[in-house]
Amino acid sequence: MNAIEFILSGMLAAATPFLLAALGELVAERAGVLNLGVEGMMALGAALAFIVVYNGGGHFEGFIVAALGGIFVSLLFAFVALGLRANQVATGLAIGILGAGLSAFFGKSYESFTVTGLNQIQIPVLSNIPVVGGLFTQDCIVWLSLLASAGLWYMFAYTKIGLLLRAVGENPKAAQSIGYPVIAIRVGAVAFGGLMAGIAGAYASTVYTPLWADGMIAGRGWIAVALVVFGTWMVGRVFLGACLFGMLSLAGTVVQLTGLAIPSQLLASLPYLVTIIVLGIISSNRRLLKLNGIASLGETYER
Amino acid sequence: MTAPLLSLRDVSKSYGQVHANRGVNLDVASHSIHAILGENGAGKSTLMKLIYGVEKPDSGQIMWQGKQLHLNAPGDARQLGIGMVFQHFSLFETLTVVENVSLVVPGDKKDLAQRITVLGAEFGLDVDPMAHVHTLSVGERQRVEIIRCLLTNPKLLILDEPTSVLPPQSVNRLFETLRKLAADGVSILFISHKLEEIRAICDHATILRAGQVVGNVDPRLHDASALATMMIGHDVPAPLAAKPISTGNKHLELIAVDHIHDDPFSVPLKQINLQVRAGEILGIAGVSGNGQSELAALISGEARLHGSEKQRIMMMSRDVTHLNPAARRHLGFAFVPEDRLGQGAVPEMSLTKNSLLTAHSKGLVRHGLIRMRQATAFAKACIATQDVRTPDEHAEAGALSGGNLQKFIIGREMMLAPKLLFVNQPTWGVDIGAATAIRQQLIALRNDGCAILVISEELDELFEVSDHIQVLNHGRLSARFKTVDTKPEEIGLHMIATGDAA
Repeated sequence: MNAIEFILSGMLAAATPFLLAALGELVAERAGVLNLGVEGMMALGAALAFIVVYNGGGHFEGFIVAALGGIFVSLLFAFVALGLRANQVATGLAIGILGAGLSAFFGKSYESFTVTGLNQIQIPVLSNIPVVGGLFTQDCIVWLSLLASAGLWYMFAYTKIGLLLRAVGENPKAAQSIGYPVIAIRVGAVAFGGLMAGIAGAYASTVYTPLWADGMIAGRGWIAVALVVFGTWMVGRVFLGACLFGMLSLAGTVVQLTGLAIPSQLLASLPYLVTIIVLGIISSNRRLLKLNGIASLGETYER
Repeated sequence: MTAPLLSLRDVSKSYGQVHANRGVNLDVASHSIHAILGENGAGKSTLMKLIYGVEKPDSGQIMWQGKQLHLNAPGDARQLGIGMVFQHFSLFETLTVVENVSLVVPGDKKDLAQRITVLGAEFGLDVDPMAHVHTLSVGERQRVEIIRCLLTNPKLLILDEPTSVLPPQSVNRLFETLRKLAADGVSILFISHKLEEIRAICDHATILRAGQVVGNVDPRLHDASALATMMIGHDVPAPLAAKPISTGNKHLELIAVDHIHDDPFSVPLKQINLQVRAGEILGIAGVSGNGQSELAALISGEARLHGSEKQRIMMMSRDVTHLNPAARRHLGFAFVPEDRLGQGAVPEMSLTKNSLLTAHSKGLVRHGLIRMRQATAFAKACIATQDVRTPDEHAEAGALSGGNLQKFIIGREMMLAPKLLFVNQPTWGVDIGAATAIRQQLIALRNDGCAILVISEELDELFEVSDHIQVLNHGRLSARFKTVDTKPEEIGLHMIATGDAA
């Protein structure tokens, strides 16, 4: 297997934790809520799913429990930030730390244990194509995350729910004045973000690297938050961003294997560096930001 | 006699110590076009919020078709058939027109787009259903608001200052629409300060002053000055006589300006030539969306010309084509933008701090430190000379009514003693008392030798203040008309003439 094949076949799986969490955060931010607790929600989801799978509960059950965990933490965030109208940034950070703490607490007695991952599903014919064939051999969660991307893209482009989320995020006062329950819609969006973050964490700990180590999410939640901005709140761009990130993290591994004398720390920082640079370029395009930016993002809304 | 469609009995609402509405009684009959008249701060907006369910009354009853009404949210009001066209629009800027409509009116987008076009053609509310709202002018946005409301088939339609941004031709068409709607059984609550319009279309007027009802009249039986007197409690002063035009130096000159804005949806400006001399007021007429905002941005310095050498913007005989807004202000230029909240003032800041925005050079800042005493004195002086209704200079700009804030902003710019003043929509959404005061001040400033450029969609206003008028249509500026020798209809023809690029 050459380097390109290696990167192509592994890229989507590497991108999946970022993609799932970023899609969830995208929905919350579209509704105008900045929840910075993604990292913590992922960590909690990762711990819960690992415990369920390790104790023989099966992956499906593990993902359900992780999703519920994510929703629970996100609703806690929603209660404080939307119900009590606390500052969203501070609340998100605090709730994120809570999630990480709970994750460490639950996972304490499972340190360095392993579980088995998920089976790969091959798409017939396509997976036999040389070079790119690896793209079409993935586990079911990867396929699910691709479906989720397409579904959310469709939702924002063509459905009333998508329109409503954008409306609430742009001008909550106007949405209220034409008769929509702004807070309820935002709570729903935040809960969806929690669900996706929980699943993303579960994927990281029980499928992508099926072993438990405290702090294993290792900043992936933060990258997901950055990807949402990098993608200017558009599903397609967030998807591309996640793939780029996944690809770069694999490229680092490939370069190391070739034995080139580049410090591994530099290679490991490459995806982050590129993300920052791309972020900078994107945010210099005012028109794009004006069209896609979310006017009320992070602002406390009072009826 | 059947019960009125809507009645209010002894309704009161206070915000803190301010009694916005006190013991208001109101009956709106079906098939009626009912005016609510009142100055800024008289309580019109609060009353509408109570009827539309945005706020709840402290005491009193609201009855709908004879039954007691409890509104918890605007959604409740909408379900009963109460629709509202807001003065400060409730549109979503990043969405398209049809998307905005589809949030309120069920139906698929294709179908809605067609209904918008049909309704627009029928009522003179032309708007591209696929356009993004942020690319639309204030006037176009209002059309969207009205269309969105009409598509819900309301029984009662509340219109808050609906004609303030429409050209004369569209006002007549809107009135035909409203009459048609009233004949079909829709009652209309018409909030306006334009007395002639109220006399033309309304069959009943309820007059509010300081939160209380001070009169219920048939406006057709009273002349405008009688209505104005009822509304403000004393006679309206006559317009200030303008001194004959003295030809001073050119303080503003635009030479062969062609401009295409970065935003692909904006109106390109073509071969704009204009000049304003000291002691002269030049009015720019035109229906909104014909290049006004683009022209305003170029003159204020927010947008800069690029390209050809031949195009120039001159101020006080200096080439300012490449100067930023601060440098232009330094030459004696002052500017009152169209958007009061956000551009003219920072809503969350006190009036004192808002003074600092443009008046910092008037000794309000020394060694980079704010001199609070001087700033406070400046704000106080501005409030006093402009008769701004506010508790004190510490009030947040956003808490003031539109007219009061406009008076404050215009006052702030006038206190800079500018050589050139540019006012974009001086009296949009401002009531008659404040508007008269603002226009008088513009004329007084002109008489003192200031060059003044006014962009306005209200033709009456331009005829009242301007020495000359030019019309902006499809990004092109017409020839110069001397106001005293010109009829409003001639200007109107230039406003609606079809250009080469639609």
